[in-house]
Amino acid sequence: MTTVVVGAGHAGLAASHHLSARSIDHVVLERGQVANSWRTERWDSLRLLTPNWLNRLPDLPYDGPDPDGYLTMGEVVGLVERFAAAAQAPVRTETAVTEVRRTDAGYRVATSAGEIDARTVVVASGAFNTPAVPALSQGVPASVHQVTPFAYRNPLQLPDGGVLVVGASASGVQLAAELARSGRPVTLSVGEHVRMPRTYRGRDVLWWMDTTGVWDERYDQVDDLDRARRLPSPQLVGTAARATLDLNALADLGVELVGRLAMVRDGRALFSGGLRNVFALADLKLERLLDSFDAYAGRSGRDAEVGPAERFPPTRVPGSPRWQLDLAAGEISTIVWATGGRPDYSWLGVPVLDEKGRLRHDGGVVDSPGLYALGLPVLRRRRSTFLHGIDDDARAVVEHLSGHLDGSP
Amino acid sequence: MTVTDGGKTAENGVDVQALLDAREVLKGAPEAAQFTWRASSTWKHGVHSTSSIQNYFGLGQEQQHRTETTFDIDHPDVFAATDNGITPIEFLLVGLAGCLTAGVASVAQNRGIQLRSVEATVEGEHDIRGILGADADVRNGFNDVKVTFHIDADASKQEIEALVAQSQKRSAVFDALTNPTNVSVEVA
Repeated sequence: MTTVVVGAGHAGLAASHHLSARSIDHVVLERGQVANSWRTERWDSLRLLTPNWLNRLPDLPYDGPDPDGYLTMGEVVGLVERFAAAAQAPVRTETAVTEVRRTDAGYRVATSAGEIDARTVVVASGAFNTPAVPALSQGVPASVHQVTPFAYRNPLQLPDGGVLVVGASASGVQLAAELARSGRPVTLSVGEHVRMPRTYRGRDVLWWMDTTGVWDERYDQVDDLDRARRLPSPQLVGTAARATLDLNALADLGVELVGRLAMVRDGRALFSGGLRNVFALADLKLERLLDSFDAYAGRSGRDAEVGPAERFPPTRVPGSPRWQLDLAAGEISTIVWATGGRPDYSWLGVPVLDEKGRLRHDGGVVDSPGLYALGLPVLRRRRSTFLHGIDDDARAVVEHLSGHLDGSP
Repeated sequence: MTVTDGGKTAENGVDVQALLDAREVLKGAPEAAQFTWRASSTWKHGVHSTSSIQNYFGLGQEQQHRTETTFDIDHPDVFAATDNGITPIEFLLVGLAGCLTAGVASVAQNRGIQLRSVEATVEGEHDIRGILGADADVRNGFNDVKVTFHIDADASKQEIEALVAQSQKRSAVFDALTNPTNVSVEVA
């Protein structure tokens, strides 16, 4: 075998698409079914953050009736399945990769269905395989139910009572809103976050991100790449009403905002007293982003094409935000850890991880000859984080892989 | 030194390049980044004590300030004390103001913003029934701390607000005051 691709999500399938275009013999190994994480690790009401028109995959532009809508998880699975079929990807489902190690000729890939020797391997196993729950969760009293967005499905699943949602990125704000609407008292612990309106001057805010070139910035031109790759997802939700879900909207729903969860001591959650500043940072960043959109509209002569410029009220600071909460008092019955996820490379027996367990790679070219990565945030451009970023990334990575096979550096 | 950013030049007296260089070096040498700050305190009389600071540990070895500094710590007349120096909790205000102001100057230098004046007033709201044991529901420490900056600089209001926000984001004292810290006090 020339190439083994690990993972049949959009990234592995895009690799397959470009490998096939170069007639490179390959197989795509998938531990479950195509689009496995989308099927098994998402909550019921979740929709994509990106509008349909943006979700173009290699040779598969959106041609449905609702370009401005947002796909449900079932629809995402359908999209990725259609892509697998169109790309005629040689996928082996229910085949888990248990180890990859170096050999003289390339790599030996151990799977639940035997070993495969390959000259090259493309790691497309996803950026968020396991929830990143902070260690301080160990201090949470046993009486409090703890759940991550990987396992959460809907409010009915949780015990009665109040919910503390930790984390105010896309997952955290969406779950806080859903739980508040279900009638539960919700407290949201807020650290640094990315505030965005759903629409700006009549267009989806992601239209602006796409059109103004924010997402075109290359990984090797980004000022602080580490930071760009760790950037939390923006406070967005995909709904038919295209409603904004910022912290003011959550406060209107009755969600209580508290600072970043700093410590659990003697069964008490202690929150940072720096809430006002994380609001200020996010509000200032939003203002700069909107300024850049307005400047683009003026510069490109598109002012008439879009609505008038808008500015949004600053995030309202609660009078005296609570900085502690007694978790044993019964007020909180569930904690939702919306604190992100991390990739699982426990099967990767090649020394290519840095001290923080991240893959060492240069735009998807991993620090081991013949090993590649796809489907990670800001892999080659800011747009790499999104479905539509995969085409250019996969093309470039497969081009390098092809050069490696031909013996060029 | 001078930093130029987008054609802007500033001279605030902060050697930002040295700090940026240190950041790069310490990324790969976390052990050198471990500092220990120390103060040694001696009881004088009543609630008056002095605290001296000269040595600290950092960059892998013992270090020294150029001179030893000694502070008097006391309580005012309204506490029926001798008022030989400021109260301990006021030192927290001094630390916070100094830290945020240093941050403003550093961030301004890094962003090419020329500062003309930076004034800050820091107010800590303190219900002393806590320390007096007069009401068990009142905490000992500050209930609220408010910092007000007046900054005159070659920058827009938005840029100045961003300076102050970034300064808080990178402030040691702001973090130490807003987040819990384990403190162990022992008798040797």
